[in-house]
Amino acid sequence: MISLWETTRISSRALAVNKMRSALTMLGIIIGVMAVIMMFAIGAGANREISDRFSSMGSNLLTVRPGAVQAPGGVRSGSVNTLTVDDARAIAEECAAVAYAAPVYGGSAQVVYGNQNWSTNITGTTPDYLFVQDWTMESGTVFTDQDVRSATKVCIVGKTIVDNLFGGENPLGKTVRVRNVPMVVVGVLGEIGTNLMGRDQDDIVLVPVTTAQRRLFSSSRSGSVSTIMVKAQSSELLGAAQDQVASLLAMRHRIREGGEEDFTVRNMAQMIENAKAATRTMTLLLTAVAGVSLLVGGIGIMNIMLVSVTERTREIGIRMALGAKTIDIRLQFLVEALMLSLLGGATGIILGVAGALSISRGFGWAVEVSPFSISLAFGFSAFVGVFFGYYPAWKASLLNPIEALRYE
Amino acid sequence: MATDGMVLLEGITKIYDLGDVQVEALRDVSFSVAEGEFLSIMGASGSGKSTLMNILGCLDTPTRGRYYLEGFDVSGLSRDELADIRKHKIGFVFQGFNLLPRMTALENVQLPMLYNGVPPSLREGKAMEALEMVGLGKRAHHQPQQLSGGQQQRVAIARALVNDASIILADEPTGNLDSRTGRDIMGLFTELNEKLGRTIIQVTHEAEMAAYGKRTITFRDGIILKDERAGGS
Repeated sequence: MISLWETTRISSRALAVNKMRSALTMLGIIIGVMAVIMMFAIGAGANREISDRFSSMGSNLLTVRPGAVQAPGGVRSGSVNTLTVDDARAIAEECAAVAYAAPVYGGSAQVVYGNQNWSTNITGTTPDYLFVQDWTMESGTVFTDQDVRSATKVCIVGKTIVDNLFGGENPLGKTVRVRNVPMVVVGVLGEIGTNLMGRDQDDIVLVPVTTAQRRLFSSSRSGSVSTIMVKAQSSELLGAAQDQVASLLAMRHRIREGGEEDFTVRNMAQMIENAKAATRTMTLLLTAVAGVSLLVGGIGIMNIMLVSVTERTREIGIRMALGAKTIDIRLQFLVEALMLSLLGGATGIILGVAGALSISRGFGWAVEVSPFSISLAFGFSAFVGVFFGYYPAWKASLLNPIEALRYE
Repeated sequence: MATDGMVLLEGITKIYDLGDVQVEALRDVSFSVAEGEFLSIMGASGSGKSTLMNILGCLDTPTRGRYYLEGFDVSGLSRDELADIRKHKIGFVFQGFNLLPRMTALENVQLPMLYNGVPPSLREGKAMEALEMVGLGKRAHHQPQQLSGGQQQRVAIARALVNDASIILADEPTGNLDSRTGRDIMGLFTELNEKLGRTIIQVTHEAEMAAYGKRTITFRDGIILKDERAGGS
C-alpha cells in the first residue's frame, strides 16, 4: 500500500486537471455548509440576544392579563375585562413580595402637533409604571397620582415621538392632540431601545390610566385595564410574588377554591422561554433544509466520481498493471471524493462565517459563530465525502485490469 | 519443483466460461524461458497468444496448470498477491503505449516505483537513467501528447525497465507504429537483450518483427504449433 501522502498528491492532481468540474461538484457542499453555519450563527445570536435582554430587563417581572389559561402557553383573553386599576393598587399594597404594580390600558392613536402627526402607542398607566420598567426621565416630570385620580390631560412622550413630532423643538409644556383631546407634555422619557420582538419602545406616549379610560379609549366596562405589570422585590421572590398575586386576585374576584380563574399571571422567564422555543424551531427547520442541501451535494460528488471512474478506466488499468493493489486504487478515489467534500466544506465555512458577519452588519441581527457549528459542518462534510465517495472508489478498485486496459 | 529458467509453464489450460459455451483458449501449454532470452510469440488472432500474455503478465490466472516465475509458483495467487508480483517482476509494454496523459515522460516512468516501494528521493534519478537508456533523456519533461508514437513507446519501455523486472512483456509493441519506427523499437529491444541481458517476451503477428527474437513460438488454437530458435539451433 502506498502512503496516504502520495495518494493525496495523486488525487489533488486529478482534481486540478478538471478545475471547473471540481468546483461545480463542490458547490453543493459549499452551499450546504454555508447554510448550516449561517443558520447556527443566526439562531445562536437570536438566543443570546433574548437572554441578554432578559437579564437587562430584570428577571423579576410578572404580567397579569384577564382571561384563563387554556393550555400551556395559550391564553383566552379579550373576552373578559376583569382587571381594574384597584386590582393593581391592591397588588402593590398587599403582596409582600411585590415592589411595584402598574395597570396598563391604552391603544393606538394619532398624535398631532402643529401640522405634524404621528401614529403611536398610547399607554395609560400610573407613575409606578416607570419603576416597574426601570425607565428614567430625560426631562420634565412624571404625572402624579393626583393626575391619575382626576384624569388630567397630561402626557409623557418617548424619544421617537420627540424626534418625529417636534423635530428638535423642546416638547415640554407644548400641547398635542390625541383623538382631538388636547394634552400637555409634562415629561420626556430617557432612551429605551427596542424590546424582545424588535419593537421600538421609544415610540410611546404615557398618559394617566384614567385619562386613557375616560377620555381617549372609553369602553363600556369602565375601570377595566388590559394588563397589570408587576415587579417583584427581587428575582428570588418572583415565584412568591406570582403566588401572592394569584391568590390575592382570586380572593378579590371571589373565585372559589378549584374554580376557574379569570386572569393569568405569567412571569418573564416563561415568555423568554416561549420566544427561545420559537427561535429553536426556526433554526431547526432551516438547518434541516441546509442538511438536505448537504445531502444533495453528496449525491453530486458520488455522481461525478462515478463519471470520473468510468472516464479513467484505462488509467486504473495501467495503474493496476504497474502493481497498484485494490486498496491503492480505492484510496486514490476515496481521497479524491474526501478532498472535494472537505475543500467544499472549508470554503463553505469561510463563506458561511462571512455571510453571517455581513448579515449582522447589514441587518443589525445578532449572530454568534460557534466552534461547535464549524466542527459539525466540517465533520458532516467529511462524512458526506466518505459516504458518497466509497461506492465509486469501491467500483474502481474491483475493475478487472485486463478489461480496464482494453477500455477505449 | 522445477526451478530452472526464468519462466516455466506446465500444462497451462485456460477456459473462459461464457455461460452457454466454454471456450478453451489455451490447452495444456508447456514451455520454459531461460534468463536472457528474447522470445517472440506469434499466432493469428484467437490463437490464444493474448491469453498467454495475460497469464505470463500475472494479470490472469490459468484454469489448470502451473506457472513458475523465477521458480516461484504464481498460478494460484490472489488479486493483490498478483499485483505484488507485477510490481517487482514484470515490465509491460503495450501496443497503445498506455502512458498517463497530463504527466511528463519522467513522471510516467516513475509510476511503477510509486507502487513498488522505491523511496521517493531515488525515483527521479532512476527514471532519468531509464529514459537515457532508451535515448529520451532530452524529452523527460514532455507530456505524451507532445511526443511521437515511437517516442511514446520508448517512454513505455523505460517504464518497463525502471523496476528492474525479471521479464519485459511486450504486447504487439510495434502494432501502432510505422515499420521504420517499429524496426527502431525492435533494435532497442535487441540492445536491451544483448547488452543488458534483459529477458524479453513479445507477442506479434508480424513475421518481420518476430524475427528480431532469438526464438519464436507459434500458436494455433490454443496449442504450440512451432517452437524454433534462430540460427537453426
